[in-house]
Amino acid sequence: MSLKGKYIIRFTRLNRVLHVLMIISFLILSLTGMSLKFSYTGWAKVLSKFFGGFESAGYWHRFAASIMIIVFVTHLVDLIRLRKKEFGSWKALLIGKNSMIFNKKDWNDFKNSLKWFIGKGSRPEYGRWTYWEKFDYFAVFWGMFVIGSTGMTLWFPEFFTNFIPGWMINVATIIHSDEALLATGFIFTIHFFNTHLRPEKFPMDIVIFSGRVQLDEFKLDKSKEYDEMVEKGELEKHLVEQYPPIVLKGMKIFGWTALTIGFSIVIWIIYAMIFAYR
Amino acid sequence: MKKLILLFIVIYFPLISAQSKEDCLICHDDPDFKAKIGAKTVSLYVSSKTFSSSVHGTLDCVDCHTNIDAENIPHRKEYTRVNCGSCHDDIQKLYVECLHGKAKAKGDPLAPLCQDCHGNHDILPVKDHNSAVAPMKIPFLCGSCHREGTPVQLQRHIPQDKILENYTESIHGEGLLVKGLTVSATCVSCHSAHRILPHTDPRSTISRENIAKTCSVCHSEIETVHRKVIRGELWEKQAHVLPACVDCHQPHEIRKVYYDFGMADKDCLECHDNPKLVSSKNGRSLFVDYNEIKNSRHSNTACSQCHSEVNVSKHRACETITHKVDCSSCHEEVGLEYSKSTHGSLVVKNDPNGPTCKECHGTHGVLGKLNPESPTFATNIPDLCAKCHREGEKAAVRYTGTEKDIISHYTESIHGKGLLKSGLTVTATCTACHTAHRELPHTNPESSINPANIASTCGKCHHGIEEQFVVSVHSPLITKTDKKLPVCNDCHSAHTIRRADSEGFKLEIMSQCGRCHEKIAETYFDTYHGKVSQLGYTKTAKCYDCHGSHDILSVNDPKSRLSRENVVETCKKCHPSANRQFAGYLTHATHHDPVKYPILFWVFWGMTGLLVGTFFIAGMHTILWFPRSLEWRRKLKKIHDAENNADDTKSDSNKNENNKDKE
Repeated sequence: MSLKGKYIIRFTRLNRVLHVLMIISFLILSLTGMSLKFSYTGWAKVLSKFFGGFESAGYWHRFAASIMIIVFVTHLVDLIRLRKKEFGSWKALLIGKNSMIFNKKDWNDFKNSLKWFIGKGSRPEYGRWTYWEKFDYFAVFWGMFVIGSTGMTLWFPEFFTNFIPGWMINVATIIHSDEALLATGFIFTIHFFNTHLRPEKFPMDIVIFSGRVQLDEFKLDKSKEYDEMVEKGELEKHLVEQYPPIVLKGMKIFGWTALTIGFSIVIWIIYAMIFAYR
Repeated sequence: MKKLILLFIVIYFPLISAQSKEDCLICHDDPDFKAKIGAKTVSLYVSSKTFSSSVHGTLDCVDCHTNIDAENIPHRKEYTRVNCGSCHDDIQKLYVECLHGKAKAKGDPLAPLCQDCHGNHDILPVKDHNSAVAPMKIPFLCGSCHREGTPVQLQRHIPQDKILENYTESIHGEGLLVKGLTVSATCVSCHSAHRILPHTDPRSTISRENIAKTCSVCHSEIETVHRKVIRGELWEKQAHVLPACVDCHQPHEIRKVYYDFGMADKDCLECHDNPKLVSSKNGRSLFVDYNEIKNSRHSNTACSQCHSEVNVSKHRACETITHKVDCSSCHEEVGLEYSKSTHGSLVVKNDPNGPTCKECHGTHGVLGKLNPESPTFATNIPDLCAKCHREGEKAAVRYTGTEKDIISHYTESIHGKGLLKSGLTVTATCTACHTAHRELPHTNPESSINPANIASTCGKCHHGIEEQFVVSVHSPLITKTDKKLPVCNDCHSAHTIRRADSEGFKLEIMSQCGRCHEKIAETYFDTYHGKVSQLGYTKTAKCYDCHGSHDILSVNDPKSRLSRENVVETCKKCHPSANRQFAGYLTHATHHDPVKYPILFWVFWGMTGLLVGTFFIAGMHTILWFPRSLEWRRKLKKIHDAENNADDTKSDSNKNENNKDKE
């Protein structure tokens, strides 16, 4: 059988849908949040107006936050489902081969990658999930915890001040705002580079929308995983057809829009930090 | 013996019955001495002190109170009045003929008797200032009956009304009551004291025939100085139509402005009625539209009252005029104010830009400020002032202050809109703040717009606000400082005043407070409230939402909205379920101050450290990755190309196969 033009499934449908929702909510949160954080700049005022004024921007922010929380919870529920269906046990899910949790291999991969970068070794053979992908994954957990908890405090200050002193609201503001700066900055530069802009994927990798990787690319990129599949004879099971061009085009348009917004935010932040910081 | 006693009484009876004053006063000098006459209790008290200092002090009681039976009480069977005429018979005769006397004869209860004017036991000489009939008291004495609303004025036929009021305002009244000239004419000077007769009676002092004589008692040389108002011929031909004094100088209203004008004006109009009349000096028109004057505020003012210095003996009476019209000869107070103002001082310096009265009020057609046609009517004032103060006009060119586009800004301001759009004539116009005649630059301590006076100037209308302001922390009465304290216009501006509930005002007010409270405003903008306000959100807490506006108090003041007792309530205005801990939110916090806010400072730098650290590691990773990634891309491409080349032949054959299938 020819494997030419064949694609292999990498992301489940649910994961893809969740990521799309994540992108949409994250962009709305960034746009509305940054317009408030950098309210002294011109672009922030324009942005705020675009969302129908500050008050309306606030509603957008809280709406998007709700979406993100739903996405997060859905993922947690899905993990429980996966444990039963695919991993069989918590142990397999947490420290198994395909776990998202960092393990020794990731540490070695990281070291070997650095060696490869400086020309003292060859490209490591990455597993199902690379260490930077795992880092991105847990960054969301960290962000959900830090930004989410402070965000809730700021959303319901009158309730939370029943338990914490008023100045904690000020602290929550700083943490929420700076952690958000870290999150947006990281996603729109490092994450964008790692997944889209690094030359082998340039200009964009739509795998997160299509969920499909070209088999030969997969073979080269994740050789170890490929070999294992071939060994187990499971390869055929994972093979699928690519989506029709019109669907791919839609995905690309969505991807480009998200990327453009993300880069714009980065540029606005850099502008505000350098030219209007206070 | 009995006979002897009887004889004694008979001989000495006249002595006993000829009661002396002292005898009467034994009883009557007691202030509590009263008697019941009919149903009434009447005081029979006569003060010996008052009586002995009166004009009749040397007389005995029985000289006036005749028919007294000293032996018995009561002293007489029937009550009879004192008859003053028994001594003052000449006056008695006049009184009988007089309106008052006739009324008495008719039994009119309102008719005045001698004592109603002169008093009883306390009659003082007329020359005495305390006399009831001293000149100063006459108008009020007569006025006690001849005043609006009295029974006499209402129930009897009196041809004149408002007698006392008119007299008080008349030149005679002013002379007497304001200037204290006791020689000024009082009621009795014209009407006589005791023979008051109607003007229709030829014998009356005020009859047409006698009035000139009456007036000339005082105005004795009047014929020589008085202008002959009717052409000379009439004096001879129709002596009977000659006007009497009162034809021009109406009774009780005698004042230079009250008489019927226009007679002398006709002389002026002989020339000035000609529309073609021009000045021989500079050719300007000297035509006077007399109708304009008649419709003006000065319709009762004669030409020569303003154009003074005329000489009636000249055919051209005006040829002796050397000065321009001086309005302050009548409008003295206004003239004084004006002379101190910027406008007035320019005129004094002969500055051609200095506006005189006529620039604002006009000349012959001058109208009152309540007349909507007048240039000084409220809604016309901005246009009036704009003639000079609009951008580019002569006053605006000279002006070196900070206010720009004054007129257009005013027009767009809340006051301008109120006046010109809503037509509220009570709205503040230029003159409401700057005054009409005493406008001075704000640097002048006497100026209505000097910072020290602004609050009271605005308070003329916004009184309630002024009351709050003067006890606030911004008032110089409360805060003693050498720094400048804000006044109304520092926050509200001068000419661009907006509604305080307009979006723009709400947002700008924070930078207004920040002009003085720099640090605290800056830190406000670091907090949530400040940030959202910068995005144009007006519902958020602004300076005045927490601190108050005109009634700001020090936060240490227990009455302050931000005192410990009040702060939670203040937060609750926007955060209904705010609690004590909620109020602990730092509304002016900054993470740049390690001393004041150490926690915020270190949290911020901790977060910044995390951010910088993460970016450093991830950034380095990315940068190092880049060249390898490029290499990898080329490798991938090679593999792709190789596979494609290898596949090309295959796919071609595949295609052929497919085509065959279709066929």
